[in-house]
Amino acid sequence: MEPLSPPPPVRKIAVDRDPFVATPPASGNGAVATPPNPLQTTRTRHALADVRERMRLESVWLAYGEKWVVRDVSLPVRRGEVLALIGASGSGKTTLLRSLNRLTEVTAGAARAGRITLDGEEIHELEVNDLRRRVSMVFQQPNPFPMSIFDNVAYALAERPAHGRRRRRRTPELEQAAADALRRAGLYDEVGDDLGRPALRLSGGQQQRLCIARALAAEPEVLLLDEPCSALDPISTATIEQLIVGLRESVAVVIVTHNLQQALRVADHVAFMHLGELVEYGTSEQIFERPTMQRTRDYIGGVFG
Amino acid sequence: MAAEQSSGGALAPVGLAVARPRRQSTSSWPLVDRVSYWLCWATGIALCAIALGIVLYMLIKGISYLQPSLFVHSPSPSVRQSEAGGFLDPIVGTFILTVLGIAIAAPAGVAIAAWLSEYARPRALARAVESAIEMIAGVPSVVLAIFGLLVFSQGFLGFLSQRAANGAVYGRSFFGASIVMAVLALPLIVGATREGLAQVPDHMREAAYALGKTRASCIRHVLLPAIRPNIASGVVLGMGRIIGDTAIVTIILGVTLRNEAVGSVPILGTLRGTGSTLTSYVYTNSPAGEGNAPQKAYAAAFVLLMIVLLLNALVTRLTSGEDRPERWRRMAKLSALVRTAWNR
Repeated sequence: MEPLSPPPPVRKIAVDRDPFVATPPASGNGAVATPPNPLQTTRTRHALADVRERMRLESVWLAYGEKWVVRDVSLPVRRGEVLALIGASGSGKTTLLRSLNRLTEVTAGAARAGRITLDGEEIHELEVNDLRRRVSMVFQQPNPFPMSIFDNVAYALAERPAHGRRRRRRTPELEQAAADALRRAGLYDEVGDDLGRPALRLSGGQQQRLCIARALAAEPEVLLLDEPCSALDPISTATIEQLIVGLRESVAVVIVTHNLQQALRVADHVAFMHLGELVEYGTSEQIFERPTMQRTRDYIGGVFG
Repeated sequence: MAAEQSSGGALAPVGLAVARPRRQSTSSWPLVDRVSYWLCWATGIALCAIALGIVLYMLIKGISYLQPSLFVHSPSPSVRQSEAGGFLDPIVGTFILTVLGIAIAAPAGVAIAAWLSEYARPRALARAVESAIEMIAGVPSVVLAIFGLLVFSQGFLGFLSQRAANGAVYGRSFFGASIVMAVLALPLIVGATREGLAQVPDHMREAAYALGKTRASCIRHVLLPAIRPNIASGVVLGMGRIIGDTAIVTIILGVTLRNEAVGSVPILGTLRGTGSTLTSYVYTNSPAGEGNAPQKAYAAAFVLLMIVLLLNALVTRLTSGEDRPERWRRMAKLSALVRTAWNR
C-alpha cells in the first residue's frame, strides 16, 4: 500500500470533540477504476416497502495512529434491509462498523475524516451514549455480562430515559420489556421459565442471542453485528440468521461477515471491501452473480481471502 | 497425568501394554542442580513442619487453658490468675477495630482501584497514587501508628478521642486506631480489586459501552459485580491484617485492660475510648509483657490463630474455582436456604 500524500486532515477523536470538518484527498491511491456510488441505489429483493435511509457514510477515512485502515468509503445504511460488509481480514470492515457508533474511540489514537450521519445529524455532534443507544452493537464473541439473563437485558433497558435513571428491580413493566426483547431475539421460549439463571450458563448460540436481545432492548434504530456467528455452530448460526432477516422490518442492520454464504443468505446489499477501500457495492445478487470488479470476482471465487 | 490414569484404568484393552512415562531421575543432573533440587524440597517440607508445629503447639497449649468463661469475662487487674478474668474486652476490641477499619478501607480501596484501572487520568496522578499505595503497603505498621498518634493528637481532632483538663488531646481511641488500621488494610483491598478488574476482558466493557452505558455505569453495574469475589478476598485479607496487627493497638488504642468509654454516650463513648485487642492481650499477658500470665496468653493466642486460619480458609474459598456460574448457583442456594429459614 503506497503512502498517501498529502495525508487528509484528521480530527483526533479522543482529544477534541469539535464538529469535524475535513476534506479527504480526491485521489492518489488509484485503486478504484470506477468508484461505486452506493449512495444512490435502488431497492432490492428482500427489501420491504418502507425502506428509509438511517445512516449515511460520506467519504469516511479511519485511522489508528498513523495507519489508515479505511479509505474513502461511502455507504448508505437503510431500515428495511440488511447491509453486509464482506472482505478479507484486515480490509477495515470491523473498524468501519465500530465507527458507526463511535466505538473506535475506545482505542487510543483512533481518528476519522469524512461524514457519518444518523438521520441527517453528524454522529460526532450527538451525545456518545445517546448515539450508542440508537446504534447498538453485537460482537463476534458472545459477551453476556456475568449476571442473570434478566439482569443482562434489564441493564440494557434501565437508565434509558423512558424508564428513568435508576435501574429498577423486577417491576412488571421492566419484566415485560425484558421478555419482549428476549422474544424478539427468539430466546424467550428457551429461557423464559427461569430468567434468574446466570447468563454464562447458556450455550454459545443462546448467549449470542441474549446479546442480540440486550442490544435490541434499548430499541435501537441501527443494529451492528460484527461477525455474530463466527464463534457458533451451524444450527445456532441458522437461528441467528433467521433472526437477522426478521429484524430488518424494525431496525437497519449492518453485518460484518467472513462467510460469503451468510452474506448471500441474509443481506440485501453487500459492500465488498479490500485493504480499506470499498471495491464494490450492490445488491447481493449483483455482487455474487455479476460482480463488475475483478477483485470482487477473485474474492467471491476464492482466489484470495 | 489424566491421560496416564485413564490409559492405566479399566478401559485399557486387555493384553495391550500400556506405556507409562518413567519418572525423571535426577541422577543425570549436574551436582549443583541436584543439591539445589533437594534443598528446595527440604525447605518446602521444613515450612510445612513449622506451620504444622505452630498449629499443633497452639492447639495443645491453647485448648488446655481455654475455658468458656474466658470469653464472657472482662479482664481485671489481679495477681491471682483465677481472679484475673477473661478476654471479653479484647475480643470486642478486635471486633470493633476490624469492622470499623474495613468499613473505611473497603469503599475507599475499591474506589481507588476502580479509578486506577478504569480512568487513571491524568497519568502523573495515577502514577503518584500507585506509588503511594505501594509505599503504604511497605511501611511497617509501627511507623503508621506513630504517625497516626501524631495526627490524632492534634487539637481539632479531639472529638475522636478525649481531651485532658488542660485541653491536650489524648489521641488514643478506637476511632483513631480504626482509621490507621484502614490505611493498613487499604493496599490489600486495592490490590485484589485491581487484579480482578484486570481479569475482566475488555469486550465486557465494550459490550456495556455499545449499549450506550457510561464508564461509571459500566463500573458500577458490570465490573464491580463481576469481581465481587476478588473484592471479598481483598477485604478478608485486610481483616486478617487488622486482626493480626499489634503495633497500632499498643500505640493508638492505648492498651488499657478494659475498653474504657469516654463520657456516657453508649457506642460513641466506647469508640472514643481506649481498649485492647487479642493481639495486645497476648502481648501483655505473655512473659514479655507485665501481666506474666502465659496460660491466658496461650488461650488468647489460640483464639487469634483460629480466627486468622478461618479467614485464610475463606480467602482460599473465595479465590479458588474460576467457575463463576457454579459459585453463583451455590450462593443462590445458600441465600434461598437463609430466606426460607428466615421466613419460618
